[in-house]
Amino acid sequence: MIEYQNIFTQVQVDAPDYPGVPIGRDEYNRVGGIRHSWLAGKFGDAQIGPIYLGPFGVLSLIFGFMAFEIIGLNMWASVNWDPIEFIRQLPWLALEPPPPQYGLSIPPLNDGGWWLLAGFFLTASILLWWWRTFKLSQQLGMSNYLAWAFAAAIWLYLVLGFIRPILMGSWSEAVPFGIFPHLDWTAAFSLRYGNLFYNPFHMLSIVFLYGSALLFAMHGATILAVSRYGGDREIDQVTDIGTAGERSMLFWRWCMGFNASMESIHRWAWWFAVLTVITGGIGILLTGTVVDNWYLWGVKHGIAPAYPPLDAIPVVDPMMTEAP
Amino acid sequence: MKTLWQYAAGVLLGTTLISGCEQPPPETLQRGYRGTGMELVANPKTLAETVAANTIPEATPQLPAAGPKAKDVYQNVQVLGDLSVGQFTRLMAAMTEWIAPEEGCNYCHVNEGFHLDTLYTKKVARVMTAMTQRVNQDYGDHVGGAGVTCYTCHRGKHVPENVWTTNPGGPHAAGVTTAMQNIASSAAVSTSLPFDPFTPFFEDDKSIRVAGDTALQTGNRNSIKQTEWIYSLMMHFSDSLGVNCTQCHNTRAFYDWDQSSPERVRAWHGIRMVREINTDFINRTTDWLPDHRKGPLGDPLKANCATCHQGAYKPLLGAQMLKDYPTLGSYDEATKTAYLKDDKGE
Repeated sequence: MIEYQNIFTQVQVDAPDYPGVPIGRDEYNRVGGIRHSWLAGKFGDAQIGPIYLGPFGVLSLIFGFMAFEIIGLNMWASVNWDPIEFIRQLPWLALEPPPPQYGLSIPPLNDGGWWLLAGFFLTASILLWWWRTFKLSQQLGMSNYLAWAFAAAIWLYLVLGFIRPILMGSWSEAVPFGIFPHLDWTAAFSLRYGNLFYNPFHMLSIVFLYGSALLFAMHGATILAVSRYGGDREIDQVTDIGTAGERSMLFWRWCMGFNASMESIHRWAWWFAVLTVITGGIGILLTGTVVDNWYLWGVKHGIAPAYPPLDAIPVVDPMMTEAP
Repeated sequence: MKTLWQYAAGVLLGTTLISGCEQPPPETLQRGYRGTGMELVANPKTLAETVAANTIPEATPQLPAAGPKAKDVYQNVQVLGDLSVGQFTRLMAAMTEWIAPEEGCNYCHVNEGFHLDTLYTKKVARVMTAMTQRVNQDYGDHVGGAGVTCYTCHRGKHVPENVWTTNPGGPHAAGVTTAMQNIASSAAVSTSLPFDPFTPFFEDDKSIRVAGDTALQTGNRNSIKQTEWIYSLMMHFSDSLGVNCTQCHNTRAFYDWDQSSPERVRAWHGIRMVREINTDFINRTTDWLPDHRKGPLGDPLKANCATCHQGAYKPLLGAQMLKDYPTLGSYDEATKTAYLKDDKGE
């Protein structure tokens, strides 16, 4: 018997055009028609579209495009409009936030002003897209887990680029737009604030991040393993547990003594994902505003062990022993 | 059968991929407390190359300090006047081998009279000699007993392989202000960090310390952008010496001297040494140095860590070269008056 299995299926599951449930007067927001893709059918549903865009979706795309253009054109301008250099240097190029001397004032366009504008448009685009996830859930009669999860990610984004710079009194504290530059910024951030690894909220964020990956792997593997008993009908199993749910739960109980339930595993996953960015945001928010040196904070609170000195003669800061 | 071959090929390919990372496998030497990652990493192959690239030329026999002095026999001898004639000519011959082996004496001197300062190269050589003597006499905290000679940097070339000038950055559209970073550059070792970490720290004396020394915020306003400049400078240190961060730092607390290795103190003196080399010696050639020895902003080719180190944790791997040329080990009163601003440290 052939079975329907995504990724990678041996069977194309395709059906006649299906526009989805009727949503009344907002019907016109669903645009783009319906296409069927063999390749998409390998990974998921073969039907593509219609997409529900709506005014918020359209505005979000326009604002997102404007941010993208501002960033891209500034990068291109920084290599004197040279198309070859633009491609060659692309991973290095950036749109930097204003230099520290501007504080929170509005800088000239050419010296950080474009960064502020790009940030505004990108933020507007993201918030509109968030409203869209909220709205779409409502229209489909769903509750709002998706929108709140997305909001958690937006929290971290806003802390990095908006809330923390305001509390620090300087736009220059924010992250540059750029591929390598934002990574170098991250490393410099940790160096400046005495090693972010001693930040307990950074620790929590890492736990939840890696935990999310682990839970996702465990859950995905478990459900696939019992799909031969109908375990892929997870929602049915929540309220009316069958042999699939029982076997999957027994596996983990035998394996480690405890098992999540058919429903709670999804709450586990949701909370892990959401807490990654919530704790991360708190950690960033405290850095520089409250804590200046996380390593010393770690020493103060007994989480950084002391090691014996390297040499018989201890190393002393030369500034302490002689004039610079 | 075909499947078996495919399987074998797959295993072979996979093995090649994971084992092909670095051959021969690097060797590590623990230099700090266990678990801190303070270790020296070396690839035996590149180590052999480094050793080969850092051999020193054979020294000629030393000549006695007795006899008439160079300043009494020759004209216009300003920085090596107290040497005996024998010592003086031996050093001149050595300098020729170190710096202009092809051109010989004529790279600096003119036939109308060896005392004439006609060529700029002769004037540069005088400044460089004074600089070398200054470094050897007063920067023992950095150069140690091995000291430096012309060869430490020049290695048979007119201008050392690694020099720098103030980098104004490449062309950019008039409508944007350059951030002095976010362009691939060898100075920043292929990062997007600021591409001229030398001018602020090796010419100007901008502060290198950004991290706070209190757990909670007590008014430290050093910015992340400022940190990126220092980060770039540190990348240069690391690249020039062929070492990683842990050569000097316990990376859990970069700022903390108590946990640092003694090499960090050595580097601290090195920064001050390079700064003096550039500002008090090299920069005094600015007025008469030809343009092809200057950067785009008209400043002379200057020194940084790589100028001497050239990828080795000690230049020439610590070869004791100065002991064969003790006349470069100290300056005389005339040089002191002409070149030294102050006594060191004041």
